[in-house]
Amino acid sequence: MQRWPVVLFLAWVCLLFFAGIGLFMSGFLLTRIELASSSSCSDPLVPPPWERQSLPPGSCWAPQRFSKAVLIIIDALHFEFARFDPAKVSPLPYENKLGVLYQLATSQPRHARLYRFRADPPTATMQRIKGLTTGSLPTFIDVGSNFASYAIQEDNLLAQLVQNGRRVVFMGDDTWEGLFPKKFFRSYFFPSFNVKDLHTVDDGILQHLYPTVDSGEWDVLIAHFLGVDHCGHKHGPDHPEMAKKLTQMNEMLRSLVDHLGNDTLLLVAGDHGMTETGDHGGDSEKEVNAALFVYSRTPLFGSGPPEEPETIPQVNLVPTVALLLGVPIPYSNIGEVMAELFSGDGDTVSAALQQLSVYHINAKQVDRFLQSYSLVAQDLPAEQLQHLQELFSSAVEEHTQLLAQVQGTMLVPPELESRLGGLIGRFQRYLREARAVCTQSWARFHPLRMVGGCILIASSCLLCYMASELAASSHSFYRSCLLYPLLWGLVGAALLGLAHVFTQEGLDLLLVSSWAAAASQLGFFWHWWAWLGLAFPMGILFFRCGAMFSDSFVVAEARVTPFLLASLVMLLVGKLHWDGRLTVPEGPKQQLLGFSSYRREIWYLLCLVAMLLVCVRLSSFFHQCREEIPQCRPSVFLSPLASLRSTRAKNLFYLLCVALLAGLVYAVQSWLRHYGNLNSSDPLVLFVRWGFPLVVLCIACYWAVASSADDSLGKLQELVQVAVIVFPWAVYGLASVGLLLLLCNPMTVFAKDTRESAGSIVTPYLGVPSSEVDFLHVIPQIYKRMQESQKNRLERGSCRATVAAYGLGSVYSAALVIALTLLGFLLMLLHSERLSFAFLLLFMEAFVLLHIHTSIPISSPFSVPWYAVISWILAASQFFYSTGHQPIFPAIHWNAAFVGFHLDHSTNFLPAVLVGANTFASHILFAVGCPLLLLWPFVCEMSSSQKKKPKKESREELQEVEEHMMEMRLRESPEKFSTALLRLGLKYLFVLGAQLLACVCAAMILRRHLMVWKVFAPKFLFESLGFVVSSICLLLGISLVMRVDCAVSTWFSQLRLR
Amino acid sequence: MREAEIRRLLAANLLCAVSIILAALVPAFFLDGFSVLGTHLTWLCVCSVCVATLNIILHLVLKPSQSPKRSSFAHKISRFLKCCIYFFMSCILFHAIIVLYGAPLIESVTETFLFAVLLSTFTTLQCLCLLGPNVQAWIRVFSKNGAMSIWESSLQITTVCSILGAWFGAFPIPLDWDRPWQVWPISCSLGATFGYMAGLIIAPLWIHWNRKQLTYKSR
Repeated sequence: MQRWPVVLFLAWVCLLFFAGIGLFMSGFLLTRIELASSSSCSDPLVPPPWERQSLPPGSCWAPQRFSKAVLIIIDALHFEFARFDPAKVSPLPYENKLGVLYQLATSQPRHARLYRFRADPPTATMQRIKGLTTGSLPTFIDVGSNFASYAIQEDNLLAQLVQNGRRVVFMGDDTWEGLFPKKFFRSYFFPSFNVKDLHTVDDGILQHLYPTVDSGEWDVLIAHFLGVDHCGHKHGPDHPEMAKKLTQMNEMLRSLVDHLGNDTLLLVAGDHGMTETGDHGGDSEKEVNAALFVYSRTPLFGSGPPEEPETIPQVNLVPTVALLLGVPIPYSNIGEVMAELFSGDGDTVSAALQQLSVYHINAKQVDRFLQSYSLVAQDLPAEQLQHLQELFSSAVEEHTQLLAQVQGTMLVPPELESRLGGLIGRFQRYLREARAVCTQSWARFHPLRMVGGCILIASSCLLCYMASELAASSHSFYRSCLLYPLLWGLVGAALLGLAHVFTQEGLDLLLVSSWAAAASQLGFFWHWWAWLGLAFPMGILFFRCGAMFSDSFVVAEARVTPFLLASLVMLLVGKLHWDGRLTVPEGPKQQLLGFSSYRREIWYLLCLVAMLLVCVRLSSFFHQCREEIPQCRPSVFLSPLASLRSTRAKNLFYLLCVALLAGLVYAVQSWLRHYGNLNSSDPLVLFVRWGFPLVVLCIACYWAVASSADDSLGKLQELVQVAVIVFPWAVYGLASVGLLLLLCNPMTVFAKDTRESAGSIVTPYLGVPSSEVDFLHVIPQIYKRMQESQKNRLERGSCRATVAAYGLGSVYSAALVIALTLLGFLLMLLHSERLSFAFLLLFMEAFVLLHIHTSIPISSPFSVPWYAVISWILAASQFFYSTGHQPIFPAIHWNAAFVGFHLDHSTNFLPAVLVGANTFASHILFAVGCPLLLLWPFVCEMSSSQKKKPKKESREELQEVEEHMMEMRLRESPEKFSTALLRLGLKYLFVLGAQLLACVCAAMILRRHLMVWKVFAPKFLFESLGFVVSSICLLLGISLVMRVDCAVSTWFSQLRLR
Repeated sequence: MREAEIRRLLAANLLCAVSIILAALVPAFFLDGFSVLGTHLTWLCVCSVCVATLNIILHLVLKPSQSPKRSSFAHKISRFLKCCIYFFMSCILFHAIIVLYGAPLIESVTETFLFAVLLSTFTTLQCLCLLGPNVQAWIRVFSKNGAMSIWESSLQITTVCSILGAWFGAFPIPLDWDRPWQVWPISCSLGATFGYMAGLIIAPLWIHWNRKQLTYKSR
């Protein structure tokens, strides 16, 4: 097989998988159809005529209560931040900081109130802004578009305000700019995405806030503060910085309240909460629990606040604000008005009537939306719509009756009052049920596509497996694989048929056929029983795939994967022992004694296994936590060094990290030197010698600059700002130079051509030797040369000279090792400093795995056994967790997007690549390193037989020295080499595909499971992305080997030509 | 001869199984509040001690491994001490392996160690009883075609079953069922116990079933 077909075949298989993933994803990830319609003032949603007449000018749908409103959004304002408990003696940094809210609420209970503000997941800022303005629920996939906010197409609060001639002024987070382009009367945007920057946005707002408020040139003012959120991301809530930030917010609110007029409504809202680590995005209690504070100088509420703050869904803000400001409710709103804000200062009956009218409007609007939505899309279940419709019409009917009665009488009788209350309850019930129906059914799937995707992935898996086996097929393959199973199936079917005949039951065709299928499968496995026994790692793979179907196991996967890896390796050793392959073949004497003496390598193997187990265990100290395991504490190594408070610890860790990097470079260089790959003066080798330390230096400098305290540097601040950018770019540049060099000339071979020099003894001295000195110089040379050629002649017998090539035996692995090291540096740069320990463990574990794989005797060197591939992939998934990741969105290290970038990105591509590389670091490294599984046994061939540095490679194929062929054995039989690479790639893809298939099936089967959006869907997304990344990297790794192979070929032909 | 021996093996194994069941039930009459789940550590100790003593007694009574030569008293003592050391070492080794498999390192050390002791009782102690402190013999027994008597076959089966049971016992730990037996190391020790008992019952049956195929090499 040639080189290209191998890569093409693998690429084709990858594409098959990608198609399956895409198909499944399109059916699985939820979509909601956005309606283009929008509400307007003249809509026939008219309230009863007697009320309409009393609508003041400038009001639509309901009388305007406030002419102005200030909406302060404090990003990630968790409810606990806003709550004030005067009894608390020693509050945490985030507690009791917003005292002004408490003072207002206690001193003016009818003017101010604090609510729990329940955000709908996903709790990413953009989705929350969408929810806060459109009043609808964004669906799952929207999370992905966080980098680029698209303009909101649906009807929304801002559009309504603008439509009705209100001047909207905005300041703060520039996400709004993308969402509402050209909607604002005046705007002050500040870059939002650099989470390390705590102050730019807030200081910018504060600069403009009071002048704008005082100028009076606005009707609605929105200010979106980001400092609290960024502080959470950078330091976590439990940090003195957070106290500072919240105190700043407190001061801001205190002075803002003094600037407000009587006709102004003040709303302070958090768009979402934050977890204990300061992240958000998911749907845990801490993330969805935000705060809302309402205040006005005129009395708002009819009664005092309840004991415990009320919980209201976030979408409820939209209709409330719309009606309070006298604009139509946005078309797609499914929120419910907050009735107590409409009670006014009249008696209870008029308050109830007023509430009833806003409920009526709200219900009519929701009903209109549901009707037009059900016309466009069929995803809302018809019977539930019917039920809602009934609820609605009966409530409306009663409403009209009641109004007629109320209008008739001047004095409302008490029983009417209770009917009023009951009617409000019915409207409430309608609105809540409508919301619940929408929430539920916007989890809508396309079963056909899902099944199709599943089948595609499954058949691709099967194809991989078959192809990997067929690539070295035996001629009796079809007979044993097809004929016997079919016979088995026939026999089984016949037996069942007989049983049916005897029991005289009706013949169930389906049952018979399934019985036959099961029997034939049994036949297959029976026939391959011995072979299955060899392929015991499949059992481990089976457990791994089975674990994807239980949410508990997905949650605990960080512990499950190492467990399985350890079991796999232990089982492997146990099995080898059981088969007696670790013992020396017994001599007759020993047989008599009943002893079997062990090879010495057993101790080596056991040491390797112990090292592997230790590596696996140590790597569990780097785990991130999921909220499902409450007692879990995230690893201390995950936080960047900058967050350490003790300077000594910081310095110590910094030194350790840098020493580790240096050690890594030293290890790689000495490995290369050991195999003679560090001798030539090619640019690549020079890069390895001098470029690697330079990269390490740059990384060390970057870490030093990044981890230094922000304030301590004072005047150097600007320099630091530059350095933070420059050093990562230097690393990127150096690494890409290295990779380019690797691609251009991957040969790390140092050739000493004795033929050439034997032909031309002539030294560069021209003319007659003029002096004694020259003679002294030349003559010994001639003598030496003659002596050497004589020696050669005597030794070799034939008088052909040889070429000594240093490092030819490990030329493939050397290229891969260099590439892996460079990638490792890049990925370490993207992670927080102390995770480099995890990377060290990763490299060590990979090394140990390779050695274990090598030290186990295998039948054919050209086929990589399954256990090696499976353990390799298990290690890859294990280190996904051990580099501080979890398959959930809040656990993504967004900081990685800002390594080397200071301000916002102009495109989405670069940050996506950086974050993706950070997330799938271990997948990348292990996939690129996959061909090492094939190469390593060849490389280690020498070290096991004889320790000797230079390896001589005879140019003439006839005279090859049999030992020390190493990787050149692969070149010996290019056919086998290509096939072996293909089989390795297919096996890798099969194992990856099996895991993916399990994930896909789990997501499909359990799509109505309680945990699907929390556990299975994110797991599926991460697994499929991981599959894509892994398969691409696998292709790259194999192509790199191919590239080296090409280079070796040209090198040989050049040698021949010379 | 062989039939009789299989019967003896069956009787011995059944005795062991009964002793384990008794170890779970009987102490409740003497100790207040004793239960396998509630006072798991006590049960671990009781079970280990029961199985150990019964095994030693059975070994002394049945003498499955006929040692050809008579040995001196001093030799016996040294053998015994060696056995003790081996047992202790195997406990430590099991502890280390369990920790490497993901058991907590510092918390619940007692539990982990007692679990290691239980596992050693089920595996190492049997080996010590049958084969003595002779690692070469152990290595021989635990390889293909290494068993030389039905006792050794039984040893193979029970050991593998106990370890497999402990391994499978780890599976329910992450599940969110909130059952009392999901706490470390209860599910694993229960798994090991059930595995051991299953091994005890399977071994004579399997040997009986395969008695034609089983041909033991003579010493």
